[in-house]
Amino acid sequence: MGEKDDILVKIRGMSFYRGDRPIFKDVDLDIRRGKVTAIMGPSGTGKTTLLRLIGGQLQPHAGTIEVNGQCIHEMSRKQLYKARRDMGLLFQTGALFTNLSVFENVAFPLIEHTNLSPTMIRDLVLMKLEAVGLRGARDLRTDQLSGGMARRVALARAIALDPELIMYDEPFTGQDPISMGVLVKLIRSLNDALGMTSIVVSHDVPETASIADYIYVISGAEIVGQGAPEALATDENPYVKQFMHGLPDGAVPFHYPAKDYQDDILNGDKG
Amino acid sequence: MARVRGVGRMGVHVLTGVGTSGIFLLKTLARWPRVVRSFPFLIKECFFVGVLSLPIVVVSALFIGMVVALQGFNVLNKFSAVSELGQLVALSVVRELGPVITALLFAGRAGSALTAEIGLMKTTEQLSSMEMMGVDPLWRVISPRLWAGFYTMPVLATIFCAVAIFGGYLVGVQWLGVDAGTFWSNMQSSVDFYNDVVNGLIKSVVFGFVCTWIAVYQGYASTPTAAGISHSTTRCVVYSSLAVLGLDFVLTTVMMGGW
Amino acid sequence: MGERFVETIVGLFMIAGIACLVVLAFKVSGLTTYTVANSYKITADFDNIGDLKPRAPVAIAGVRIGQVTNIDLDPKSYKAVVTMQIDADDDNIPVDSSASIVTAGLLGANYISISPGFEDNFMKNGGQIEETHPALMLETMIGQLLFNMGKDDKKEETDATNNS
Repeated sequence: MGEKDDILVKIRGMSFYRGDRPIFKDVDLDIRRGKVTAIMGPSGTGKTTLLRLIGGQLQPHAGTIEVNGQCIHEMSRKQLYKARRDMGLLFQTGALFTNLSVFENVAFPLIEHTNLSPTMIRDLVLMKLEAVGLRGARDLRTDQLSGGMARRVALARAIALDPELIMYDEPFTGQDPISMGVLVKLIRSLNDALGMTSIVVSHDVPETASIADYIYVISGAEIVGQGAPEALATDENPYVKQFMHGLPDGAVPFHYPAKDYQDDILNGDKG
Repeated sequence: MARVRGVGRMGVHVLTGVGTSGIFLLKTLARWPRVVRSFPFLIKECFFVGVLSLPIVVVSALFIGMVVALQGFNVLNKFSAVSELGQLVALSVVRELGPVITALLFAGRAGSALTAEIGLMKTTEQLSSMEMMGVDPLWRVISPRLWAGFYTMPVLATIFCAVAIFGGYLVGVQWLGVDAGTFWSNMQSSVDFYNDVVNGLIKSVVFGFVCTWIAVYQGYASTPTAAGISHSTTRCVVYSSLAVLGLDFVLTTVMMGGW
Repeated sequence: MGERFVETIVGLFMIAGIACLVVLAFKVSGLTTYTVANSYKITADFDNIGDLKPRAPVAIAGVRIGQVTNIDLDPKSYKAVVTMQIDADDDNIPVDSSASIVTAGLLGANYISISPGFEDNFMKNGGQIEETHPALMLETMIGQLLFNMGKDDKKEETDATNNS
């Protein structure tokens, strides 16, 4: 396999705007096969947007996004839906179908995309649930699950079709330390055991650094730092330094941009 | 000047809404290729949209039939024409009350539920995640609901008519003592199957389609917040009711114009 | 809630709808007997049909034997040609019968009443009733009534003068 084939997702010169506000400006990014790549950055930098761009739910305003050598935003609707079968996206909330049970949730992509017999589907679903350790919870309703369990069910659903690429949107947010540990272990072990490529979007530095092979740090619509976790920890770029070490003030100012403090207090809103 | 501009903006807003929902409808209708595969979903939605609306429809129909008979009896009695009671009940129910009231009840019961359900699915990213799984939510979520409304509304309206006429029979014949033979024969000689029953059914088909369309569109286009869903639900009921009453006038005009 | 259960209930729901449609068709709109094939058609020309409408009943001695299917205007005689559908069972209407348009009750709907004649030949499909009486218009009736009353009064007066 050559150098080129080693890259599953290739983003070149990509720009994306929300209204006039740039979310990404001329971003280059590579996701290597079989690796866990982390996209990190402060809240509101458009990390989730990046996943949606890769998934083809949003269109970039400039540049290209190639998945498996195919330009994702130039595909027809049919091609796109086909390409998405090779991708799994784990939403921040899990996004389980609330009118279906745990078992039916995991079976959903299988039923939709394959013509397997019910017994085959049952076996596959139980295998996937076993992988996330929730085989015993198959008959529960989604409202009976804790947040961590919901995310694991969603993970089982995302890997149901054995995708090449799986994207995790903030998998660690709002989790207690135990579920966080479980998820960290799962992401790494699933990636290695199933030979998948993983993208983890997160701002939980230690957890992400412990499993990622490569990290991109995004800030202000640009990639400000990249490299292996150990390398980034000693990076001298002020943004990266502030982010990786969690400093309250630095290159990212503590204050939201505003007019002069004294002016504001004295003159009120009269301007 | 500002008011004129406001009217203009409102007009543009309404037209945009109609346009977007029209495109949405076309997209949904275009995605109906796998009939056999979608059939179970359709049945399930028919259950939620139609069968669960049945109790409210039946109870309302019974009372409305009874009230029409009671009111009609009092008026007709003044002209000693109570023999016409069957005709009065049947015609008013079959032509107008059946389709219209069923549609209004449907909008309140099933339409708002559809909007809230789809809105919530959108808010919790279920639609989005479905899309990411390569399953088109328009096909998997919207389309079965749309067709379920389309199919069940005429059924509901038919049941409404039959039950309402039975209610009229209870009050008119059993309670107020109109002769049963007169009641039915007068009804039969004045109600025409094609002009009255079939036209009523056509109305209910149209209403069913429009109500569900509005409901699913409002859900699909809702702002993904709690307030957004509540607004959408309200809008669904208000728009559906207005559309039903307005369309009823239009359809009646067309049908009476010798069509 | 099993899949079977939902399917069954929806099936029942649909059947209930069809059953109600049948009720509406036959019990409410009387889409019964008279559309069946075993009937025959006869016509009658009327000077004035008043308020008669298609589907109005046709009766002998108040017993319903058929219904009006069609009303046309004869372009030459300017008479109304009423086509009636009569039950095949009632095939013994004498050819010299007469038809009249009468009103059910004071304000009721119009229907056709056939008074049987005395011939032994009976009406066949496509037969025509020659003798007809036009619809009695309420206004005309009242007018006649007033006119007759006036005449009676005058008559009484002349009688009185004669007697004296």
